[in-house]
Amino acid sequence: MVKGLDGIFRPPDVLAQTSPRRFVFLVDTYKCIGCGFCVKACKLENEIPFDAGVSRTWVERYVVNGEGEVFADTPKEARYGFTTGRIDLGRGKFKDIPQEKIKKAFFVPKLCNQCEKPSCVQVCPVGATYQNADGVVLVDRKWCIGCGYCIMACPYGMRFFHPVHHVADKCNFCYHRINQGLRPACVQACPTGARLIGNIKDPGDPVEKIIRTQQVAVHKPEYGTKPQVYYIGLGEEVR
Amino acid sequence: MHVLRPLFVVLALAAIILIARSIWIPSDFGIHERGYTYGWYRQSNIEEWKNFTVKYRGREFCEACHAAQVQKLASAKHKNIECENCHGPALSHPADPLKLDLDRSRELCLRCHARLLYPNSQRSQIKGINPDQHNPGLECVLCHNPHEASKPH
Amino acid sequence: MVLESLWTVKELFVYPNEYIYWAIQIVMYPFMTGLVAGAFVLSSLYHLFGIKPLKEIARFALVFSFALLMVAPLPLLLHLVQPERSLYIGLTPHFTSAIAAFGVVLFVYGSVVAAELWFLFRKHLVEVSIELKSKTNKSLAEKIKYVVHVILTLGAMDISNAGLKLDAKAIKVLAGVGVPIACFLHGYAGFIFGSVKANALWMTPLMPVIFIMSAIVSGVALCMLVYIIIMEIKIFMASRKNDSTALPTLKEMKSEEISTVQTSVKYLIFFMIFAISLELLDQVFRGYTAVKSWDILRNVIYGTDFINIFLLQYLVGNLVPVILLLLPGLKIHRLIPALLLVLFGVFMMRWNVVIGGQSFSLTFSGYMNYQMPIIPHSMETFKEGLGGALLIAVLPFILFWILNKIFPVLQTKGPD
Repeated sequence: MVKGLDGIFRPPDVLAQTSPRRFVFLVDTYKCIGCGFCVKACKLENEIPFDAGVSRTWVERYVVNGEGEVFADTPKEARYGFTTGRIDLGRGKFKDIPQEKIKKAFFVPKLCNQCEKPSCVQVCPVGATYQNADGVVLVDRKWCIGCGYCIMACPYGMRFFHPVHHVADKCNFCYHRINQGLRPACVQACPTGARLIGNIKDPGDPVEKIIRTQQVAVHKPEYGTKPQVYYIGLGEEVR
Repeated sequence: MHVLRPLFVVLALAAIILIARSIWIPSDFGIHERGYTYGWYRQSNIEEWKNFTVKYRGREFCEACHAAQVQKLASAKHKNIECENCHGPALSHPADPLKLDLDRSRELCLRCHARLLYPNSQRSQIKGINPDQHNPGLECVLCHNPHEASKPH
Repeated sequence: MVLESLWTVKELFVYPNEYIYWAIQIVMYPFMTGLVAGAFVLSSLYHLFGIKPLKEIARFALVFSFALLMVAPLPLLLHLVQPERSLYIGLTPHFTSAIAAFGVVLFVYGSVVAAELWFLFRKHLVEVSIELKSKTNKSLAEKIKYVVHVILTLGAMDISNAGLKLDAKAIKVLAGVGVPIACFLHGYAGFIFGSVKANALWMTPLMPVIFIMSAIVSGVALCMLVYIIIMEIKIFMASRKNDSTALPTLKEMKSEEISTVQTSVKYLIFFMIFAISLELLDQVFRGYTAVKSWDILRNVIYGTDFINIFLLQYLVGNLVPVILLLLPGLKIHRLIPALLLVLFGVFMMRWNVVIGGQSFSLTFSGYMNYQMPIIPHSMETFKEGLGGALLIAVLPFILFWILNKIFPVLQTKGPD
């Protein structure tokens, strides 16, 4: 607790004791083919029931026609990928867009941004969710009281209640894997390299190089959470 | 001066609560690296997450015993697909499970090979079929070999 | 199986993990804490500001506030997925979260109300203790009553005029200290919503103030309503008995009732106007500034939730009762429906904030519809359904009836 008091009174000293690692993620929407193997691998790796309507990660599809109308869906969070051109509008309705009308269409994988200023952590009343030195935001399954405030506070909709453990859950970059030098399950499963993980503090890291030298974007920067998932090809229609 | 008696009751209650807290709060709960706002947690939880079971082992793990198949696949069109995407997570194979649960379903292949001509995605470059018209209901592997990924035999 | 999918229907583009996580119990919680705060403010209008016509309703409101306070944590316990861990809020509170304030505020406010009640009823507690002490053959019920009353006196047996004067002073201090704490008790609930930047409907600095104002409205209205009903029952029973020994006369009761009610109505209307002005201000600002979220919010406010907001909350829950209350020749018969409508209006305000805020997706391109479970099929659909809501609504009255046995407000006329 004395160290804790340090944290209140001398934040710069605490911040100076930083880790050599800060995990970041890179998504290339041009490369994503919407196969959904990432979603399947994530669910199996992280013990999320496959048929439950929640996931730590998912893939969205955007189809834009000539009039600039945007149609987007994520059928069953893309656990089976995208096997039809029909857009799922919910409530049993679908939209067929004839091929010649499609002017723009792409897939966008989404996952927890492990924000630098996570609003979800800020609102946890008991300290069950937190950010570790590497920047990964974790949930303490033994401490979460299930109030759902963190779920409401995430601007990206990344959190949910785990259907089996009945506590809050979310993507943690497969911390149990990256900690031992493995890649997250979704990164490994991706056949096109659309998903990559890196360490922004390592100048030799290929992901670090792309982020520092190319025009990349983050999702919803206006919320001030400083998300750490970077996108190549994040079109303005992405919600 | 009886006016202070309720105050004494409240202070006594507060004292009891503070004593109870000192017993029940986990000793490793405190402010850690990221300060009070983002780093207020129970330290031992980090170890718990580090010890979470790894399920997917990756191609190198498969190669250790199945080198022949892995090397054969290295020159096929499906070389970038992880073995476990179709064969399922290896876990502690061969100890447990002894055999992996291979997904032979049509739906698995359709993930990539349901033809979607999306101009801004590599998806449009993948050869595919219309699932409603091309042998609907049949497993793709009846005619196509996924390890060679060529035209049907 | 995702529990929340039982009562959530998604439409168009919604993120996979989005469901209505904060359901009826999260509507009930601010409603209950609002009643707590409002009842206390009404009580303080007499105890602090000395507004004489409110004397009788003030004691009643304080006891009712305490009964409501004891019920207030229950909607949260019914909502929590891990209710047995609710004490963690007291063990490791993360005060950057508004919810963590709950434990401290509840304890402090509860202490203030309990203390004020103690001072208010100390004379009665002492008198009952002395009376029961001298009684030789006590029944079991009387023995329990004696022990409870002796403990509650905390040994302070001095009921001389000097002692009672000290009590009166303490009450005034507590009533004064309690008003900002009561405001904080409900203001923090408004802050819980207003500070969520991820929710385009909730995020506004006006939220805590709107919540406090409508809380006072609901508290005053409920206390008035229950007070009127009890007074009407007493008047009815007295008119049948024609017995003027213990209770005040019929005429006294009626005139006291009218005078209390007329003063309360003035304050009620004042706070109602304040509350609705803030809400309308919020609406005007949103439409005028038309930020990114405005398109979807407009569809929700003026489309899917139009009936809930404009017809049920603003019209039936605000305008109609204000008209009913302002029309000349105010009689008790008109008051009861007016007060019920006011309470309904405040309930709809909570509903429209909590449920309304989850009616649209974070994508701003999809909607969610809340279908509250009516018939419970399981523990979950009871807790977060009509059954759970009714349980919360009924409990304060039961608790009030129990509390009335120790802090009687229905029989005696106590000191100031």
